[in-house]
Amino acid sequence: MNDTGASVPASRRRYPLWLTGAGPLALIVVAITAFGLLDGPGLGDRTGPPVEDLVIERTTLRPGEIELSLRNDGPDAVRISQVSINDGFVPFESDSPDGEVGRLGNLELAMTYPWIEGEAYNLLILTSTGGSFEDQIEIAVETPEADASFFGLMALLGIYVGVIPISLGMLWLPMVRRISTRWIRSLMAFTLGLLAFLAVEAILDGLEIAADGPKVFGGSSLVYLGAITAFLALSGLETGLRDRRAKLKGGAAAAVNPLTPATLIAVGIGLHNLGEGLAIGAAYSAGALALGAFLVVGFAIHNTTEGLAIVAPLAAAPASGRRLASLGLVAGLPAVLGAWIGAAAFNTSIVAFLLGAGAGAILQVIVQIAPAVRDDSGRILYPLSVGGALVGLAMLWGTGLLVSV
Amino acid sequence: MASQNRDEIPASTRISRRRLITGGAAASALPLLLGGPARVLGQDAGAADAEPMGMAGMAEAETAAAAHSGHVGPDGPLHASFDGELDVNHRRNGFDPSRLVRDFDYGATSRLGDGRIVREWELTATDIEIEVAPGVFYNAWTYNGRVPGPTLRCREGELLRIHFNNASHHPHSIHFHGVHRALYDGMPGVGEVQGGGQIEPGERFVYEFEAAPFGVHLYHCHVSPLADHIAKGLYGAFVIDPKQGRAEADELVMVMNAFDTNFDRSNEIYAVNTIGFHYQRHPIAVKRGELVRIYLVNALEFDPVNSFHLHANFFDYYPTGTRLEPNEYTDTVVLGQGQRGILELRFPYPGYYMFHAHVTEFAELGWTGFFEVTE
Repeated sequence: MNDTGASVPASRRRYPLWLTGAGPLALIVVAITAFGLLDGPGLGDRTGPPVEDLVIERTTLRPGEIELSLRNDGPDAVRISQVSINDGFVPFESDSPDGEVGRLGNLELAMTYPWIEGEAYNLLILTSTGGSFEDQIEIAVETPEADASFFGLMALLGIYVGVIPISLGMLWLPMVRRISTRWIRSLMAFTLGLLAFLAVEAILDGLEIAADGPKVFGGSSLVYLGAITAFLALSGLETGLRDRRAKLKGGAAAAVNPLTPATLIAVGIGLHNLGEGLAIGAAYSAGALALGAFLVVGFAIHNTTEGLAIVAPLAAAPASGRRLASLGLVAGLPAVLGAWIGAAAFNTSIVAFLLGAGAGAILQVIVQIAPAVRDDSGRILYPLSVGGALVGLAMLWGTGLLVSV
Repeated sequence: MASQNRDEIPASTRISRRRLITGGAAASALPLLLGGPARVLGQDAGAADAEPMGMAGMAEAETAAAAHSGHVGPDGPLHASFDGELDVNHRRNGFDPSRLVRDFDYGATSRLGDGRIVREWELTATDIEIEVAPGVFYNAWTYNGRVPGPTLRCREGELLRIHFNNASHHPHSIHFHGVHRALYDGMPGVGEVQGGGQIEPGERFVYEFEAAPFGVHLYHCHVSPLADHIAKGLYGAFVIDPKQGRAEADELVMVMNAFDTNFDRSNEIYAVNTIGFHYQRHPIAVKRGELVRIYLVNALEFDPVNSFHLHANFFDYYPTGTRLEPNEYTDTVVLGQGQRGILELRFPYPGYYMFHAHVTEFAELGWTGFFEVTE
């Protein structure tokens, strides 16, 4: 087994392999522990006052009560001493007896306050050092209770804006199957443009959400980490599946990719729609969303083009009804999940990572389907493909104007 | 010469609320009537123990009875108030607004050869941390370890000597509102050659001038940046009695102030005598029908205007206290920064009567108190 060891000179094989691995590790642990126990010899005491950094992760409004969920985003413990709402101090309850919240810790604060629907509130949290943290409630609306009917409503909304429009867009499949190869390539370029738009949007949405959340878990870098992770994971998964299939069926089947472009596009769009669902759910629970026909129609037009993108690579491939339905669900159902998460339990760090992952997945899809755009001389960028890509960008930008969340 | 400026509280008067309530006979024997009725039920004796001065007497018993009958008292859930069962630790602060409100510092007197009275005080500037609201700490600059500084009280025509010792880490001065020579004006850039002007850390200076004119004035540091030197706590009331004196009264001093705890050039906590809501939690006890005189000083920084409004009553108002005739009979006065005046009133009925800034956003940020009027 250890055939590489044979080429190593005997003098270097005095120690067993495990010791050469574990030895340095043990030394590192000892050194760090000693450094910690000796309290950083030579560095002296820290200068300056404690660093206080609190992030308000969630605001919940109930009749006569406002609740805040706080995260300590700084290096030191923070003690919350007083809270004022709209320039008036108020009594509050907290789940920490002395109002102290340690590094990375979470604290729930509940204030009794006669807030009025539709009005704005400014919350000021004073710490023991006199430092302050503010939160704005732009429009006070009772936070919906997370009961069955609420989840039902969010599911319906997700289906309206995700599953149905995408399924409608997929109805162009018969047309796609009859047009010429040149136009198919252009249609694939259209899909590329559309995906590029979604990738950019996912990154920007992720950065925006991460900016509001705590930084200790990575903040904005989580978006990029998510993108890299998803890109690498999908690439690895794809080649791994291809190898496995080649091993099982022999060399001939190796060329067949089990993760077809259509599936990949559906996954990428699905992750994008998770973000769309989040935005809808969060806006709804914050009372900032008028549920109505206009919103649904806007999303429907916007997302119908996504359905066309999914069926574009299926021009030459056979696809059963079941397969088409599953593609539609993969792309559309995450909107339901997103709406639930957005409305009920919003963790900015996780959401930033997921949106980044969506962008990474889309980039991976772009890399995958780009060869399908090649013309007879092997070029990817030629007038018809560039035109298609630009139309794809313009379509999503234009229909995006119909949607505002 | 030096006066007793700190609010040292004799151990014998530190009595826990619980003891006051349970020991009814002992309680009724105590003369002082200070404290917060809402807390009389004493859910937490531990918190009450930390307070230097409880309250006692008939009012205590009455309030306790009232609380039992469902009355919530002035510091109940129906008002803006600070959170917490625990009060500010006045002992740790070194001063208690309940005592400070009646604390006039007459200094030490001697006579010159011609019989004229010389009145002297020692004021020491120090940097200390004070608790300005339960659990909220502020690095204050003080005269004699308290905010506001001691209320200096003298009589028109006396010769005053204020021995200033700057034990702070920063340069300071004392600028008195009054009539005096430039050297004694506490103005940086004026009089450094003679040792005055801006007084550096570790330096001393003696301000000397005649007490004039009579009225209620203020003194404060005048070192730049000015707003910061004042806002951090270097101010106090300065009362000059007229030669003939004023009618006997229950006299109170109220310095309206505020604290910018997060250094954003606007205040987070407003108060009379430093601790927000203090007189809501511990109403000021006065007697029905007795003349009450309030020396009111506005030491507010960062907000241009402050005000004082009394509920269910009117008062005679003497702007700056420099005339013996009131110029207004009102229930609300508005004061700009550095403005002050004297209020005289009598309460016709017993009960709790609120006073607060009618700049109402200050009221709910701490500038609210109560009088507790008893027979």
